[in-house]
Amino acid sequence: MRNVIDVLDLSVEEIEELIAVADDIMANPTKYQEVCKHKILATLFFEPSTRTRLSFESAMLSLGGEVLGFSEASSSSAAKGESIADTVSVVSGYADIIAMRHPKEGAPLVASAHSCVPIINAGDGGHYHPTQTLTDLLTIRHEIGRFDDLTIGFCGDLKFGRTVHSLIEAMSRYKGIKFVLISPPELKLPSFVKEEFIKNKGIEYVQTSSLEEVMGELDILYMTRVQKERFFNEEDYLRLKDSFVLTEDKMALARADMRVLHPLPRVNEIDTAVDNDPRASYFRQAHYGRYIRMALIMKLLEVSA
Amino acid sequence: MNIDSIKNGIVIDHIAAGKGMQLYRLLKLDELDCSVAIIKNVASKKMGRKDIIKVDAAIEVDLDVIGFVDPEATVNVIRDSKLVEKKTIPTPRELVNVIRCKNPRCITSVEPGLNHVFKLTDEKNKVYRCLYCESKPN
Ligand SMILES: [Zn+2]
Repeated sequence: MRNVIDVLDLSVEEIEELIAVADDIMANPTKYQEVCKHKILATLFFEPSTRTRLSFESAMLSLGGEVLGFSEASSSSAAKGESIADTVSVVSGYADIIAMRHPKEGAPLVASAHSCVPIINAGDGGHYHPTQTLTDLLTIRHEIGRFDDLTIGFCGDLKFGRTVHSLIEAMSRYKGIKFVLISPPELKLPSFVKEEFIKNKGIEYVQTSSLEEVMGELDILYMTRVQKERFFNEEDYLRLKDSFVLTEDKMALARADMRVLHPLPRVNEIDTAVDNDPRASYFRQAHYGRYIRMALIMKLLEVSA
Repeated sequence: MNIDSIKNGIVIDHIAAGKGMQLYRLLKLDELDCSVAIIKNVASKKMGRKDIIKVDAAIEVDLDVIGFVDPEATVNVIRDSKLVEKKTIPTPRELVNVIRCKNPRCITSVEPGLNHVFKLTDEKNKVYRCLYCESKPN
């Protein structure tokens, strides 16, 4: 039995396999519409994330399976103080696979120790979010066509941005990668990501707080939200927020084949005027999420078309 | 207790100056009934200054804890006033309930009965990280 807690739980070869299956699902959806018939996915969301939950549920329903679960801690046994160990020991008897979102870092790893069915981490605090990363990888493959020799800019909240951490991890396994880390000093990448996946692997990187300066060298710009509550005071937030907003002016500095990704939801960090730019890939990216999750569920349930 | 001569016990020597108290705490020597001496800032030819801990009882100390705090320390076992064994200090790959994760966003802060586990993630720089949240100990 396999779990996916961290994107590195999957080898580079397995990621290629998932991408191939996702591609085939996109090309022949009817072939897959009953492969998970009579299987149940439990979505245990201890904090709300409608988008991620719907993406998982849509994926399972598209495979002919069923879904059950809860969408916030207050409607679950966690509100009564039940431990993760106990919740999962019970629920793993009700489902064939579990997707779990939790505000605390490492919660899905704890769950995996007590579950008799596969656990998928659907986001744990500021730590990891592997299925978003698989979505990002499928997007990069479709929009750019390769994983090697890429200069990838990450912009915004790199400290708490779990999607950033997971994508850096995943991309650190490919050749010719360069990372450009664009954030206010308060929201710099945490040490576990920088040391383990960039410095120790000898990967080239730059840190900057100016998006304009680096725009022209990027193959990919991965945008994230800069949230007000991450700042100690309103002044710092107001002073900094516009530097990390993507506008048409900034897009004019980018290359013609550059792509903009964003895990969504967006607030104001990408000006809506950018949406019509063909380089804006974020809405297409959201659609890829469903197909790669279908491929992952099939892999963990060991079913094929 | 004469701190110069122990009859049966252990001497943890060559502890980097300032780390003696931490070692005392993590080895839970405060829970012992026998005499324990921490000698701080002893002049040392090799190290300049060092700390020494002497325990006047033939106890087993957790060498993993010593390997975590200061792998350069030495452990001498004394029996009948003679040095009978010098223990080699390992670099532990995993620390279970030796130190606690202090990250308030870590699952260890809320889940009852969970072991605090730290793994050696960078052997060269002796970096340990929480198994759950990957924070470094502080
Ligand atoms: Zn932790």
